[in-house]
Amino acid sequence: MRLFIYLVTFVFFSSTAIAQIDPVLLRRMAKDTSGMLLNMDAVYNRPFLQSGKLPVALGGYAEANYQYFQKDGISEGHQFQMRRLTLFVSSSISKRIKFLSEIEFEDGTKEINIEFGSVDFEFAPLFNLRGGIVMNPIGAFNQNHDGPKWEFIDRPVSATQMLPATWSNIGFGLFGKKYTKDWVYAYEAYLTNGFDDKIIDNAESKTFLPASKENKNRFEESANGSPLFTGKVAVRNRRIGELGLSYMGGIYNKYQDDGLVLDKKRSVNVFAIDFNTTLPKINTYINAEWAWVNVDVPETYTEQFGGKQQGGFIDFVQPIFRNPVFGFEKSVINAALRFEYVDWNKGRFKSSGDNIGDELFSIVPAISWRPTAQTVIRLNYRYNWQKDILGNPPVKLAGFQFGVSTYF
Amino acid sequence: MKKTILLSLIILSITAIIACQKILPKAPPEDELLDGPLEGLNYEENRRFLAGDVAFNDEIFTSANGLGSVFVATSCGSCHAGDGKGHPFTTLTRFGQVDSTGNKFLHLGGPQLQNKALPGYMPEQIPSGATFSNFTPPANTGLGFLELVTDADILAMADPNDVNGDGISGVPNYEYLPPFVTPFTNAIARNGKYIHRFGKKAAAYNLLQQTVNAYNQDIGITSTFQPKDVYTGLNIEPEVSDVTVHNVVFYLQTLKAPIQRNQNDADVVKGKSTFIQTGCEGCHKQTLKTDFSTIAPLSNKTFHPYTDLLLHDMGPGLDDGYTEGSANTAEWRTPPLWGLGLSPNSQGGKYFLLHDGRAKSIEEAILLHGGEAQQSKNKFIQLTAQEKNNLLKFLASL
Repeated sequence: MRLFIYLVTFVFFSSTAIAQIDPVLLRRMAKDTSGMLLNMDAVYNRPFLQSGKLPVALGGYAEANYQYFQKDGISEGHQFQMRRLTLFVSSSISKRIKFLSEIEFEDGTKEINIEFGSVDFEFAPLFNLRGGIVMNPIGAFNQNHDGPKWEFIDRPVSATQMLPATWSNIGFGLFGKKYTKDWVYAYEAYLTNGFDDKIIDNAESKTFLPASKENKNRFEESANGSPLFTGKVAVRNRRIGELGLSYMGGIYNKYQDDGLVLDKKRSVNVFAIDFNTTLPKINTYINAEWAWVNVDVPETYTEQFGGKQQGGFIDFVQPIFRNPVFGFEKSVINAALRFEYVDWNKGRFKSSGDNIGDELFSIVPAISWRPTAQTVIRLNYRYNWQKDILGNPPVKLAGFQFGVSTYF
Repeated sequence: MKKTILLSLIILSITAIIACQKILPKAPPEDELLDGPLEGLNYEENRRFLAGDVAFNDEIFTSANGLGSVFVATSCGSCHAGDGKGHPFTTLTRFGQVDSTGNKFLHLGGPQLQNKALPGYMPEQIPSGATFSNFTPPANTGLGFLELVTDADILAMADPNDVNGDGISGVPNYEYLPPFVTPFTNAIARNGKYIHRFGKKAAAYNLLQQTVNAYNQDIGITSTFQPKDVYTGLNIEPEVSDVTVHNVVFYLQTLKAPIQRNQNDADVVKGKSTFIQTGCEGCHKQTLKTDFSTIAPLSNKTFHPYTDLLLHDMGPGLDDGYTEGSANTAEWRTPPLWGLGLSPNSQGGKYFLLHDGRAKSIEEAILLHGGEAQQSKNKFIQLTAQEKNNLLKFLASL
């Protein structure tokens, strides 16, 4: 791991040094502009820079922001945050063997993660093998999460606090695509390491799939020896848009150790649907994702940890001004709006029959300015209503965020 | 043109930010909140309050930091949302004691049932033959005031032989102290037993005992004060530090007292008179006072909890056949009524009143009174609809 970081750092600074000598040597790699890209293509649909004849291309993105929030009259004050600095390295080992990695530094160096690091072998358009650290294709956001692509500073709550985006695991799988005139069909299927007991035994006091990311050993060994299956099918029509259906499931608990049975096998199942389209004429971009989580929680455990969850988001992005601004020729100003909802504990209390709360609704209006397609300056306002497990009067949180995010 | 639009957007954004105070959520009115510190704490006390607040409300126990293996709840705050009364979801069960001779089921896991368990473990079951009672978590507010009522004042409200003939004969719950509890300097002991005051049966002496027991019996957390693991029955290493326990105790001591709402409303004023006339104040004493405290906002204060901290026989309808300390099975400590009207804010929008949450409204709670409260209940039944309404409004204003 350390060797890999050194290598990346060396390649990065080497190429930077070359660029300082002669910037002409840097060339931007061509992007697919066919309009037939899918969410699952997001890992490669990024701006990369290649230097000279090096077989390695580099890229990355950064996100920084300011925010001021107030929760029921109490504020933590003015906050400046460096949310992410992400580095990509891709390499064409041969014409049909590619390697791509994504290393992310979150909140400074609080978290350093390899979010993607896999080699792809292309045998046929419908038959590609991928091995390494892959992003499990559940929903759309998990694979298509780069900050500069979004008009919103916060990632969707349902994608990061219910689904575990960014959720990567070591494993292998197949993927493929087929194009026919205005249509593209695609699939992905992977077996990877998976979740662990923490999803129902965590300090969030709720069923929380992201809790498994705390397990630093998950890239080294499976928590229970049972693989997690993740599969997705997606279809896009040039005029209608993209629809994705995905599933992720497996055994999450450590049911045996050293040959001794510790518990029955307990499963986690996640279903997701995602859709995006751009409305003709007015160019409104709509992007939505909804997911359902089912977890086998022991009957004798606390109802604090729910067996069923659901949630999702829908984004509307409306370009309102497409003209050069301050010399930026392809400048676009967008108005955007996000609605999101998560119910972390769907059901009723055994004791009283009352509805279990533990849910959040939020609305996020936004204005963004894209001086170039790869850079965004965003101003967001967020208003959250969050109910505790008992359904008591909601805690209201609202505030402003201002930030920048750019590929580099 | 384009620069004008951009400039307009920037100005709009700046205006929105300046106007943010208008569109940021305000704090609910102070009198609608049960949580929050006493007014007048100094800087050091505020820091201790904050540390206790974090330990009470934010520290979630998991298997990694000592939860269980059997338990009732995963944190202090999960039973006392917003420091208010609890919900049936975290109602706890105690079993095994039928009289003042003690609990005969201690060797079988008594007195408290840990009815939930970590995956792979089995929760506790009520042993065959044991009687039990369910206890809904009480509100935490104002506990520091109640802790500082002197034994002399409590005894002054007691009337074990009903000398005044009002049908009310409150008695204190006398019990031995656990080794880690030091009696108050002005404590009045009887045969080595001391007056206890906290809990449904007044079986806890002070907030330290209450806190240590809650960590141990509710969450399965051991401490130097109570090192016995509830699952194995063995003494193990402390799972919560002494400092944290003391911070939580300080937090409970310095939570503000509930603030009455609409106290000048004409109906509320009339309701208060009716409350006194019907004899409710015979047990739900309006005004008490604290002794000296090193915490200035608690020292020598008069306050209005509507309790006498004494045990009263509430009749066969509320007799579950289970008890604690020297209380009889039909005896319950008078619950403070302050904060009563805010109960739905912590109970999921509903009322779950009396010791086990069986009453779904204030009126139902009154009608379930019996025993020493029978006369007052009869008077309540005979009130006109308007008088009842006023009384209920008064109670909801507390």
